[in-house]
Amino acid sequence: MKGLALISRLRPFGESLLAGLVGLAVGAIIMLIYGFDPIEAYIALFRGSFASLYSLSEALANATPLILTGLTFAIGLRGGLFNIGAEGQVYVGALAAIAMSLFQLPAGLHLIATLLVAMLAGALWSLPAAILKLTRGVHEVISTIMFNWIAHFLAYYLIANILVDPRRAEKTISILPSARFPILVPRTSLSYGILVSLFCAGLVLFLLWYTTIGFEVRAMGFNPAACRYAGIKRWRTALFAFVIGGFTAGLAGAVHVMGRPPSYAIFSGLGGLLNLGFDGLGVAMIGRNHPFGIVLAAIFFGGLMSGGRLMQISPGVPLELIRVVEGVIIIALAIPELVRLFRLFKWPLIWRRT
Amino acid sequence: MTVLDHFWGILFISLHALVPITLAATGEVLGETTGLFNIGLEGIILLSALTGALGAEAGGWLVGLLAGIGTGMAIGLIFGLISAYWRGDQLIVGVGVNLLALGFVAFELIILGAPGFHAVPRAAQVPGINTPIGRDLSPLIFVTLALPFLLYYLLSRTQLGLKLKAVGENPAAADVAGIRVNLLRLLAATLGAGLAGLGGAFISVDWIGSVTKEISAGRGFIALATVVFSGLNPLLVLLGGFIFGFFESLATWISTFPGIKEIVPWQVVAMVPYIVTLLVVAGAIGRVRFPAALGRPYIRE
Repeated sequence: MKGLALISRLRPFGESLLAGLVGLAVGAIIMLIYGFDPIEAYIALFRGSFASLYSLSEALANATPLILTGLTFAIGLRGGLFNIGAEGQVYVGALAAIAMSLFQLPAGLHLIATLLVAMLAGALWSLPAAILKLTRGVHEVISTIMFNWIAHFLAYYLIANILVDPRRAEKTISILPSARFPILVPRTSLSYGILVSLFCAGLVLFLLWYTTIGFEVRAMGFNPAACRYAGIKRWRTALFAFVIGGFTAGLAGAVHVMGRPPSYAIFSGLGGLLNLGFDGLGVAMIGRNHPFGIVLAAIFFGGLMSGGRLMQISPGVPLELIRVVEGVIIIALAIPELVRLFRLFKWPLIWRRT
Repeated sequence: MTVLDHFWGILFISLHALVPITLAATGEVLGETTGLFNIGLEGIILLSALTGALGAEAGGWLVGLLAGIGTGMAIGLIFGLISAYWRGDQLIVGVGVNLLALGFVAFELIILGAPGFHAVPRAAQVPGINTPIGRDLSPLIFVTLALPFLLYYLLSRTQLGLKLKAVGENPAAADVAGIRVNLLRLLAATLGAGLAGLGGAFISVDWIGSVTKEISAGRGFIALATVVFSGLNPLLVLLGGFIFGFFESLATWISTFPGIKEIVPWQVVAMVPYIVTLLVVAGAIGRVRFPAALGRPYIRE
């Protein structure tokens, strides 16, 4: 029986792997149609993602904010909420972090204060969606998307006006050295910010699986009707999911600007901040909404992003193809019968439901 | 120019701005009536704006519009297959479609040689028509104004409409009555997405005349909000589409009008349609009721 339990725990891992292969296969087909050599491209993708200490560090640096936005979506989904507001909360968190560099503070304190303010900003931006959901019944998909767009234009406004670098109009002021994360691996983009992400993943794991409120959140996602009979309050679990999600999304924006050399600033087109929230959604899906899986999936996505750059240079495949692959992976993961579609291959016992 | 002229100017842009939103929302009403919730509208609009532009360059505006409809229907077919027959998670498929479209359009625009922007030649765009209410109006505006009435008739006055509603309200009962639940859902999803595709092609082949990688600009999501506002009544979709189109035009107008654009930052104006969406949806909920089986796959006992 112990063996069977292990196999059933491996099942989600196998499904994610299968979906990943489907995504890469579709990517290969598109490359063939457009006259690229997929084998050459995927070799470049691998070399650029995990083949050296440098590329591995870059993959981890890319994964740093994705772990956090992945957690945002996962907490929501665990609680039965489809919270896709991470994108906007990331912008707000990053803006709040930049705003903290308008002040001078002692080195260690400045970093901690910046993180806290960014967290709070992210949570504040997620609250209206929670309140609209609870008081007016507005579906969170609609409200969070609208808040994402409002945050988008708010960011454009603040970057061009309040937070603008007086010497370079196309970017904001940079995070002061006293609030930056030190670099972890010399001559790479990997900073100590990754530790914040890993710590948050651990914390969410603890909150969701080892506390009462975490149990209630998961129960609400599993069976809301039973929760009503058990006396679990919907507003408590929804607020918890939105606020903790806002914390991690706000942090994602902060670690990105505080730990990403060389600029430590936001550029006028939002640059590297764009799509961190939506990519986090894919990360959470592939990681099966479990903190451990999310860390692995974020490193996988981070690797795709850094490897995609090399793929763009040597066989010349545009980096954007990576996002197509991500989309296909997510669609594949939505199919519960994905595994069954592949049954004609006569897979071993692992695939059988236990 | 008098105040009245400006008002007509805004109304003129509104008539165009309402087209993609209303088309996508009308299609979504058809889908949601049968119980399928497709949040991939944004991706469908974006992708069919691209295929519409490519089609128009290859064979004129009619080919362009058909390419947009075809793209929408193809995605709708995949969405319907996964959601109805394979009982997949509808929200997740929609998210995947949006991501895929975002990546593919940016990819294709780079391949075409002009990163981020691709214009459709004037000759390949839909020719405007002169009418008593205004010159150089797109003929698609009239199609868009007529479609919600057509759907209203279909849903409330025909037997097929009753079947579609039954499938969304109580699929088990519909199944017992001999209605093919999943087939109707698949059809509704495909046709509905085809309308969103027409809306996307309208943007690139007719209204704006170019494709950028964020040409859809949240219109798919605004269409979803319009559907919520309408409570699945196609006639209210038309009203909602007009409200959102009007505020979008108002925002464009304010951001270009001398004397006002210096005082009001354009970024604040650009937020207005989204804030209005939130307010309207928050006000509309409570009085609307959605099909009981919305968002859930039908599993035969």
